[in-house]
Amino acid sequence: MIALAPPTQVPRWVTHVLVPVTNLLVAFVIAGIIIAAIGEDPFKAMKLLVLGAFGASDLIGFTLYYTTNFIFTGLAVAIAFHCGLFNIGGEGQAYVGGLGVGLVGLAFSGWPAPIVILIAIAASMAFGAAWAFIPGYLQAKRGSHVVITTIMFNFLAAAMITYLLVEVLIQPGQQAPQSREFDANAWLPFMHDVLRGIGINMGQSSLNLSFVIALIAAFLVWVFIWHTRWGYEIRTVGANQAAAVYAGISPSRNIILAMLISGGLAGMVGINEIIGVHHRLILDFPAGFGFVGIAVALMGRNHPLGIFFAALLFGMLYQGGSELSFDIPTITRDLVVVIQGLVILFSGAMEHVFRPHIIAAYIRIVGGRAVGAAAE
Amino acid sequence: MKRLMLSGLAAVSLAVAVSSANAADFSPAIVFDMGGKFDKSFNQAAFDGAERFKMESGVAYREFEVTSPTQREQAIRRMAKDGANIVVGIGFAQAPAIEKVAKEFPDTSFAIIDAVVDLPNVRSIVFKEHEGSFLVGMAAALASKTGKVGFVGGMDIPLIRNFAAGYAEGAKYVNPDVEVFQNMTGTTPAAWNDPGKGAELARSQFGRGADVIYAAAGGTGVGVYQAAVDGGKLAIGVDSNQNYLHPGTMLTSMLKRVDVAVENAFKDAKGSMFTAGIQSLGVAEGGVGWALDEHNRSLITPAMEARIEQARKDIVSGKIKVNGYKGS
Repeated sequence: MIALAPPTQVPRWVTHVLVPVTNLLVAFVIAGIIIAAIGEDPFKAMKLLVLGAFGASDLIGFTLYYTTNFIFTGLAVAIAFHCGLFNIGGEGQAYVGGLGVGLVGLAFSGWPAPIVILIAIAASMAFGAAWAFIPGYLQAKRGSHVVITTIMFNFLAAAMITYLLVEVLIQPGQQAPQSREFDANAWLPFMHDVLRGIGINMGQSSLNLSFVIALIAAFLVWVFIWHTRWGYEIRTVGANQAAAVYAGISPSRNIILAMLISGGLAGMVGINEIIGVHHRLILDFPAGFGFVGIAVALMGRNHPLGIFFAALLFGMLYQGGSELSFDIPTITRDLVVVIQGLVILFSGAMEHVFRPHIIAAYIRIVGGRAVGAAAE
Repeated sequence: MKRLMLSGLAAVSLAVAVSSANAADFSPAIVFDMGGKFDKSFNQAAFDGAERFKMESGVAYREFEVTSPTQREQAIRRMAKDGANIVVGIGFAQAPAIEKVAKEFPDTSFAIIDAVVDLPNVRSIVFKEHEGSFLVGMAAALASKTGKVGFVGGMDIPLIRNFAAGYAEGAKYVNPDVEVFQNMTGTTPAAWNDPGKGAELARSQFGRGADVIYAAAGGTGVGVYQAAVDGGKLAIGVDSNQNYLHPGTMLTSMLKRVDVAVENAFKDAKGSMFTAGIQSLGVAEGGVGWALDEHNRSLITPAMEARIEQARKDIVSGKIKVNGYKGS
């Protein structure tokens, strides 16, 4: 299981800021070496990466659009982590959540926009939650490991939606497997349109109101996990199932609950993609966002605030990375994936490589009293 | 296969001349789809066409490979904004993005492969894959000794079903009793690049008695061709001429001249000869065909060649009508 904030004798800024920043720096240094090795200037590349993500209002828009997806999937993974579950089915849950949004978009033509959008949001959560319910139930009642079942459900989701788009929902008279475009009343407003309404000029981007929904979701998850009884029960089950049972908390009930919420959050990617950007149901829109959510949650230490910053980082890498390959053709999209992979490697998988050393170094520098305390 | 140029084909389309800048500051752009420009098949054919244009004209082009659906529109708009004279989108999935951006940039030319976007500044290039597949289906049935032939598709979408349908029609045209096995590799984009699964499906079809397999599966096909080599059977390539990959076991390749379409789109835009409208490229237009070269010469007997060529002429003249996949 994932260790959640092991007891340390060092201030939180060391574990929560210094360690992640160090990991990030190491990842960028290695990425820089690789870029230098293929004959490009790493500093120029880094500048393009950052400017490509934050250099203009429309670029910021795209960065935040990616961030939105990562917040949803990061929160989804985090809430399952808190219950001791490793939900790697975010991809499939996002896909099915999007299906729910798409069905609403197709079915509710002509209804007032706020109502359609609210139903679509509810559908994204309901469909995503339903897709996560089955693995959750199997884990809780039958002990089928959720890692295996959620991976399998990713494939099932892809197969199901491909079937639906090829055979059922396809726009008649067309080869491409995608639904018809929704009527405009089912479109979630773009941020640049909203901001223009209040006199702020922002470049055109994919950013839409889903970003606000993501921030609200992050806040609600924080309230839920740390300020409600349900959140407490989920964390208790995650920390120690035997103790939870002893305390009168049902692990199976909480496992299912955590998976439902997790799936619902992942499903909300569908809001951003389907009624936010594409305005039609298309194939493959989750495009790996569900999997990156795992790295986002790990980096964000399963805390909504941390997840926001981790999501922002990955949003920057996605958007800045694509600008990078626009401007330097020798830095292909594959190399951008390498850079993203290094960040995931150092901040996720190898997180504990530097951590003990940094903590030890801090203790050595700041004073020996803490060493004594840690040794007890 | 004679290399037929597509430039004379403008007549097929509704010709609408669109403005174009002079050659000095001419800037073409191409947006590859998720398969990437080195998929050895569809996207790579487009890449080859763009490269040939660069070699011949000395004009560099801008390119981008998308990694998520949203990037399609982002990339196409970025190219148009940066002053590209023509932006070519590769693959039907880019159609909605091209449609949106083409409306925003009415003075820029656009082209889309494998889809139709009905706008005055967009050239829509679609191929009659079923016609080309018909010809290689004939080749398969003619070369088969068991009377059983196979098809391995990539992702299960209408486009690939069209390949499969044309192939089966061609095989049945030669031998009404032929048995055609069909498998799709998968339902996710991973199906375009899964040589292991391709080899597995091919081995299973060989096991059931097939001795020729046609792969229309992008990078997955590589596994199918390898399985044919290992099993001493025959395979048929797709999109690009893949005969050279395994001379001796590659029976032929179904050519889909995406390269020529891309090259011509660039050339026409450069020479201010760009035309919008639909170009529907079949056997008659040289847009699809079958590959005969030194690598598979020994596998195609003169009788086979004569028969396939006759069918090709019959398709051109309309004597043979290939139906393909009509959709649900």
